[in-house]
Amino acid sequence: MSNEHILSVREVTKAFGGIIAVNRVSFDVNKGDILGIIGPNGSGKTTLINCITGFVKMTSGEALFKGKDITGKAVHKIADLGLTRTFQIMRPYYSLPAYKNLVIPLFSPRAKRTGGWRGGGKLGDRDTVGIDILEEIGFERDSYVPYKIASTLPTGYLKRLELARCLALKPELILCDEVFSGLSMSEIASMLPLIERLQMDGITLVMIEHRLRELFRVANRVMVMNFGEKLVEGTPDEVMADERVKVAYFGSEEVEEVMTYA
Amino acid sequence: MNTEQARKERLDRGIKVRTDGIYSLMSWRELSYLTLPRMVLIVGMLILPFVMPSLYWHRVISIVCIYALLALSFDFLAHYVGLVSLGGAFFVGTGGYLAAILNSSFGFSPIFTIPFATVFGAAICTVLLIPCLPLRGVYFAIVTLMYPLVLARVIEALDILGGTDGIMGLDSFPNRWVEQYFMILMVLLFVFGIRRLVNQDIGLVFRGIMDNDQAVRASGINIIYYKAVAVFIAAAMGCLGGACLVHIYMWAGISQFALDFSIIPIAATVIGGAGTLVGPLLGCLILVPLSELLRDFGTLRIVFYSLILVAFIMFRSEGIMVFGQRKYHQFERWVKV
Repeated sequence: MSNEHILSVREVTKAFGGIIAVNRVSFDVNKGDILGIIGPNGSGKTTLINCITGFVKMTSGEALFKGKDITGKAVHKIADLGLTRTFQIMRPYYSLPAYKNLVIPLFSPRAKRTGGWRGGGKLGDRDTVGIDILEEIGFERDSYVPYKIASTLPTGYLKRLELARCLALKPELILCDEVFSGLSMSEIASMLPLIERLQMDGITLVMIEHRLRELFRVANRVMVMNFGEKLVEGTPDEVMADERVKVAYFGSEEVEEVMTYA
Repeated sequence: MNTEQARKERLDRGIKVRTDGIYSLMSWRELSYLTLPRMVLIVGMLILPFVMPSLYWHRVISIVCIYALLALSFDFLAHYVGLVSLGGAFFVGTGGYLAAILNSSFGFSPIFTIPFATVFGAAICTVLLIPCLPLRGVYFAIVTLMYPLVLARVIEALDILGGTDGIMGLDSFPNRWVEQYFMILMVLLFVFGIRRLVNQDIGLVFRGIMDNDQAVRASGINIIYYKAVAVFIAAAMGCLGGACLVHIYMWAGISQFALDFSIIPIAATVIGGAGTLVGPLLGCLILVPLSELLRDFGTLRIVFYSLILVAFIMFRSEGIMVFGQRKYHQFERWVKV
């Protein structure tokens, strides 16, 4: 794996009035890695992603994507560079069938540019490409699931749909905001190979997670946040051995569970 | 019904259920089931001027068409792009005054002024509305409501463009049949055109913006650009209506900025069925002639008019078109249940 940083975040700070949600957080993501971001509720993980992807303007600091400064750029311009995100609260287009949900990202300038006619360019049939992507991500092609209206789909499929919407853009980096939350153990078990395959396809992932055990199976590196600050960064084992992490998660059974497991 | 026919129908039905809207049909019966309602609308609209040939009713039909264009523009913006627009008066006024200026000051004929006012009027409206496009919620409605008030007062106070008298002596259509069929064809063109548009890929982007604009932005699409495109399309319909209106009345005045042009299309959309695109046309076909028929009651007209509106909203709040569609599908292929 090359040591090229696909994403570098430098001293990002976000203050909502007097409340500092993210405080001088810096980290780098290597190309092809899976970086997990963990931390207790309210520790600023989602705000950090919002800052990087431009949904929220950072108070100070900067973010570099493939060496290019993306600080303060418009959301659609950042996505256009190949940095996409999923949402913690799923945001499908509820009134459209699942495969039509993908027509919208396939209509974007990036998909038209990178995908050629197969990806939704001028001659491409975006419906077919959408169904192809859905099949890749675990919608059974021959069933009626890809054709169902998104509001009738169960959570597991909606989480996949979130990922599929990112994949339609042929991204280089996906910031996943809790893709495992709200899923049953078996659903997560079926998602894990998918994540691994994305990594094999050369897509870099940053995953915010609360399901530590599952995260540590796929993540190369883990960063822990607490009260808006970066606590530790390292391999899963290093992080779990760290005293400060134990304190941050004090009383949390899951950490003990993972500790014994690891 | 022989076996083969039954088999075809079963296949058709299976395909329809699975694909939800995209299918090819094999039996004539299925084809007529789909095309009949459309044909009723098209033929009905086309023979309307013959059914009511009097000068008075011809004028009513023209007004119905203008309101139908406005209602269509409201329905498109509100239910396919998620922008609640009260801009009917703004669009009509802009299109109307533009056509009137071109006609009276430069002497262009309606053949030129109507398309020009449609395109450039829509461009003016879009540019003026761009500043409030990044906002979500009620702001767009408020701004579209304010513009016609502002423009009407500006014209009145500065006494420009004819002031309170308006611009008089404009050219009319060659004759009333040309006027009728031009209006009717434009309405049909836009109804079916917009219906097609919202199911195209760009239409899906519009609907995506309505459902969930954050996800559209996260997909690398500039939503302000697409909102502006949608506003341009809607404004073009309104400006076309306005341009036709001034040529029908041969006069452009401040009353083109009247609130009626914003409110009646909304009432028509509610009655006809929101989000159906044909519903607003039906709503206008009911509401406008109704208000004419009620003229016999003098001042009580508004009372009856309001009562009918309230009754509609209380007992058929989904709208005629939605109700009709449901009933029609219940009797699929004219099989008695």
